[in-house]
Amino acid sequence: MARCSVPPKLAIFLIIAVTLILLLPAFGLSFGHPAASGTDQYYLDHSQEQTGSNNVVTAIVFDFRGFDTLGEATVLFIAVLGVAMLFRRTH
Amino acid sequence: MVTGLIGRTAGRLLVPFIFIFGFYIVAHGHLSPGGGFQGGAVIATGVALVLVCYYYRECMEHFIEAKNFKLIESAGLILFICTALAGLVLASSFFFNWLNASGGLFGNAVSYGVNAGDLFTAGIIPVLNFAVGIEVFGGLSVVLLYMFAGLKETTKEEDDAEPHEFAQTEELP
Repeated sequence: MARCSVPPKLAIFLIIAVTLILLLPAFGLSFGHPAASGTDQYYLDHSQEQTGSNNVVTAIVFDFRGFDTLGEATVLFIAVLGVAMLFRRTH
Repeated sequence: MVTGLIGRTAGRLLVPFIFIFGFYIVAHGHLSPGGGFQGGAVIATGVALVLVCYYYRECMEHFIEAKNFKLIESAGLILFICTALAGLVLASSFFFNWLNASGGLFGNAVSYGVNAGDLFTAGIIPVLNFAVGIEVFGGLSVVLLYMFAGLKETTKEEDDAEPHEFAQTEELP
């Protein structure tokens, strides 16, 4: 395998330059105006009648996005398992 | 290490209020900011206060034992999954809100628009909140107990028998 003939400093400079050029369009995007805003307005309008919860955040977290909360609870369970394994008593 | 009389008394006074506040956050998760994760963390803070104020061995002798909290944590996660599975069995899909507006537990009808809210609404959301609260409370308590078990700890009698290290250094000429 042939060694790379580009000096390391030039390579780092090129990487940073390309990254900045690729990031430039991101600064042109307007903040707060997503392309599709239908879902969040639907949650705000219908969460009370569909879930019966006055708290829209809880309605989303525990009802519309219940799988996400299930994953979070499982992640916490596995984290506690890891701590229990780390601190177990060895004889 | 000794927690003094002031710390013990303050902890004994504060712990019931911390538990009640955590329970309130869990129970009102569908009405006010908060929920199972936050309330469970607050209740686990109360357990941490008990562990700091009292000796770990004393706590182990009574009711606080890592085994019990493992059971509580597993029960919370199982209650969560079973409530979600009941939606699959009793209604159409996984995580279906089958208790909402059914007239049963947490099944009161909701008045739409801006209102103060009713505690017994929102169907399975309070049940899931309680399940997550139980799980977070048990899990964080297990973490605390395992970390406390790693500390070398003396009993009160041993502390009283030998003088404190700081007192010894002060007496040196």
